Amino acid sequence: MAKLTFKSQKRKENEEFALAYTRGHSMTADIWRRLLRDKSSVVSMGFLCIIFLLAIFANLLFDEALVTAQDYSATNQPPSFEHWFGTDLYGRDIFIRMVFGSRVSLAIGIITMAASMIIGGLLGAIAAYFGGKLDGIIMRVTDMFMAIPETLLALCVVAAMGASAVSLIVAMTVASIPGNCRLVRSTVLGIVDTEYVEAARASGMRNLGIIIKEIIPNSLGPIIVVSTQGIANLMLTASSLSYLGMGIQPPNPEWGAMIAEAREYLRSDPYMCIIPGIVIVLTALSFNLLGDGLRDAMDPRLKD
Amino acid sequence: MSEKLLDIKNLKVQYKSGNVPVCAVNGIDLSLNKGETLGLVGETGAGKTTTALAILRLLPERTGLIPEGSITFDGQNLLEMSEEDMRTLIRGEKISMIFQDPMTSLNPVMTVGEQIAEAIEYHNSTREGEEKIPVDERVNEVLEMVGIPASRKDEYPHQFSGGMKQRVVIAMALACEPELLIADEPTTALDVTIQAQVLAMMSELRDKLGTAMILITHDLGIVASICDKVAIMYAGKIIEAGSLEDIYVSKEHHPYTVGLFGAIPNLKVETRRLSPIEGLMPDPSELPSGCYFHDRCPHCMEICKHEYPDVYTDGTHSIACHLFTKKGVQEDKDE
Amino acid sequence: MVKYTVKRLLLLIPILLGVAFIIFTIMDFTPGDPAIRILGPESSVEAREQLRVELGLNQPFLIRFFEYIKDIVLNLDFGESYRTGNPVFEDVFARVPVSLTLAFSGMVLATVMGLPLGVYSAVKQYSKSDSFLRVASTVLVAMPTFWLAMLLILVFALYLGWLPSGGVTAGWMSYILPTITVGVPYGSKILRMTRSTMLEEIRQDYVRTARAKGVPEKVVIYKHSLQNALLPVITTIGTSFGAIMGGSVIAESVFNMPGLGQLIVLSIEAKDTPCVLACVLLLAFFFAVVMLLVDLFYAFVDPRIKAKYSK
Repeated sequence: MAKLTFKSQKRKENEEFALAYTRGHSMTADIWRRLLRDKSSVVSMGFLCIIFLLAIFANLLFDEALVTAQDYSATNQPPSFEHWFGTDLYGRDIFIRMVFGSRVSLAIGIITMAASMIIGGLLGAIAAYFGGKLDGIIMRVTDMFMAIPETLLALCVVAAMGASAVSLIVAMTVASIPGNCRLVRSTVLGIVDTEYVEAARASGMRNLGIIIKEIIPNSLGPIIVVSTQGIANLMLTASSLSYLGMGIQPPNPEWGAMIAEAREYLRSDPYMCIIPGIVIVLTALSFNLLGDGLRDAMDPRLKD
Repeated sequence: MSEKLLDIKNLKVQYKSGNVPVCAVNGIDLSLNKGETLGLVGETGAGKTTTALAILRLLPERTGLIPEGSITFDGQNLLEMSEEDMRTLIRGEKISMIFQDPMTSLNPVMTVGEQIAEAIEYHNSTREGEEKIPVDERVNEVLEMVGIPASRKDEYPHQFSGGMKQRVVIAMALACEPELLIADEPTTALDVTIQAQVLAMMSELRDKLGTAMILITHDLGIVASICDKVAIMYAGKIIEAGSLEDIYVSKEHHPYTVGLFGAIPNLKVETRRLSPIEGLMPDPSELPSGCYFHDRCPHCMEICKHEYPDVYTDGTHSIACHLFTKKGVQEDKDE
Repeated sequence: MVKYTVKRLLLLIPILLGVAFIIFTIMDFTPGDPAIRILGPESSVEAREQLRVELGLNQPFLIRFFEYIKDIVLNLDFGESYRTGNPVFEDVFARVPVSLTLAFSGMVLATVMGLPLGVYSAVKQYSKSDSFLRVASTVLVAMPTFWLAMLLILVFALYLGWLPSGGVTAGWMSYILPTITVGVPYGSKILRMTRSTMLEEIRQDYVRTARAKGVPEKVVIYKHSLQNALLPVITTIGTSFGAIMGGSVIAESVFNMPGLGQLIVLSIEAKDTPCVLACVLLLAFFFAVVMLLVDLFYAFVDPRIKAKYSK
């Protein structure tokens, strides 16, 4: 409901970051150099690279048929040389299923983030730039959406559309648009207030020119940081919904759904649940750490 | 009458955050007698505030270091005192500080009365029976003293204007009648009309209470109106010091001081334009060799580039510049 | 303050109406015929048509929404469950205590864990315990709720056998693991937030003023800094409540607890629209009330805001 009198801390941080960032950000090369100096960012990027490469080249490296091929002579086998992560209740290789499942998880995370950031971002930018009544209306509507806990909103959409990858993406996009709208609004508001936009306006630049030349490039930093960390959250939500049976349907491999299948074997074969979980945690952690690293790299003053 | 209150010898302060230490204060000597007022003048970044924080030992814990020097206050070396003694016996009790920005130096969620009372209470707890100061009465008294009705003590800082807030800060600093008051640009953040009021009040209270004062400022006008002594800082060094007359009347000056005065508009003399000092103060993480001012100095000599000048003294007046020490050396030779 | 509270309570009405409208609209897209769902696939065409008229399903969308709200306001009537045939209100209210207990205990745990540890971490910045807390909270934030729940079951229920692995039959014992599941991740979020806010506050000018007047370090931190840092942290705690209720949907289904979350999942699977609507509305209502309390608490702690409200 959240017609908060004070901005939430996260928003305050992001706003401050946006402001600091807009006061003078360094060149891309500089950001990159600082990012490479941060150990946790480098490790995170390394891990994410491996995951992405495996996801992209999964077909070339492994036989896709193995994802669903059942082998009742080799069910519930613990990790071994033959099956790195063991096999599941149908004798399918968990490692191979995870590799193909990463395509689904990453795609859902990235597509959803992009969609909600583009839609929410546009709405937020419009609200901030034009202000007045339009701003009021957009903000009241986001207030209402934000009064519904995100997971519940997503569940409702899935309920209405039926469980599938597409409805999962739509559901999470709808649920995360309001937050992104608010973030971009506050970032743009910070930029609209700066002297350099004032100067651009004073020198006769038109609205469109200001938006393209000043506002978009300057708000990109905070948006990249938030998106990176947003992907992690969305992947977690997607896996939770799949776990509840509201997302990807079996036999398609998805990390959350795989853990749901392993529920019955928690006592006898805990690896079936533990290993996919570790992969989810590491992936989400990497996105989060990379986001932190990017933020520090873009504005070194913010680091403690 | 002149009894030494504060004596700083060869004080050095460095900030360590990256690989290169930032040398904010590079060996300064300062002394102050009881009841005297010293004006510490210099540009932003000259190390004035750092010096003040060093006296109270309030430098940032991890990054601020004092590698050398001594600060003697009332015969005690403050740098050797325990943190607990510093807190109970010195800070707020014998030495108080007024900070630059009254807008941010009061806690927004406590009433001004509570904040002043705090200064008294924590020192009361270390005092014996009769010496204890009655808190409520004292709060009322100091508020009235700085011209704020005591009835406003239950209000919060946001209900006061900037000038009023600075008065509250001053009241807080004077609550325990300290022997030394350090005022760090107390009026820079205020409107010009309010500045005059606050300054007048401060000098009046100083005279009434007999408090010694270090006034940190970059405004030579303020110094002339309320200080007894002046020290001019540049890049963490005191380059010229002396009595008010030495600085404002004497003919001999450090070229930087000349530059400082040249940068002030003078209504009596018709000048076409102000003469600012060319260039910037050196980066404190890579100080130049020789005199720190040499690359901006109009009288720079060869020796200035290699050797930091000794201090030339003439009575109370001291100048750290080769122009004067060299002349001295040559006169010696002539005899 | 009373005036403000009343005003804020009145403001709840449009927000809740908006929430109801959003959820009602989304659920209206549910494919399939409710009449078939209630009467079964063998029912006659006439019977279905009659039921549709009874339920008002052939009315235009806005009229249906209006009728729905009217029934709730006048009779607390949320319709009848397609799944069980009972009035939704009964089904839903029977499950409120479990969900609220879980959400509140989760929030209490998150606060009790996040706030002090966050302050500790900030005060001991750069120390070993600070690094440990930072790493641990970062990892915990990245953990999916259901996986954390399964790990807890594995260790405490299956291996050690200390606690039940599900249900609510064991009294408060059965709430321990679910509470940890929903509380700890948000506790980590609160910890991170508290740490960064405290670090920011410790560097403020008024803290330096307090030190300069000889206030003991402990008072500087716990009275001056914490009081100011609390304001943004409270907001985080408030907004976490919404997320914790979302998280309890998952915790309830992993731990098989008869709460609203479990009911939502069951109802979605059965396409029981009235029931889903009622559950979500109710949870949104709780969330709105918590946010209202947060706002009022703000006014209580911060004199600047109090002043704004009393005008």
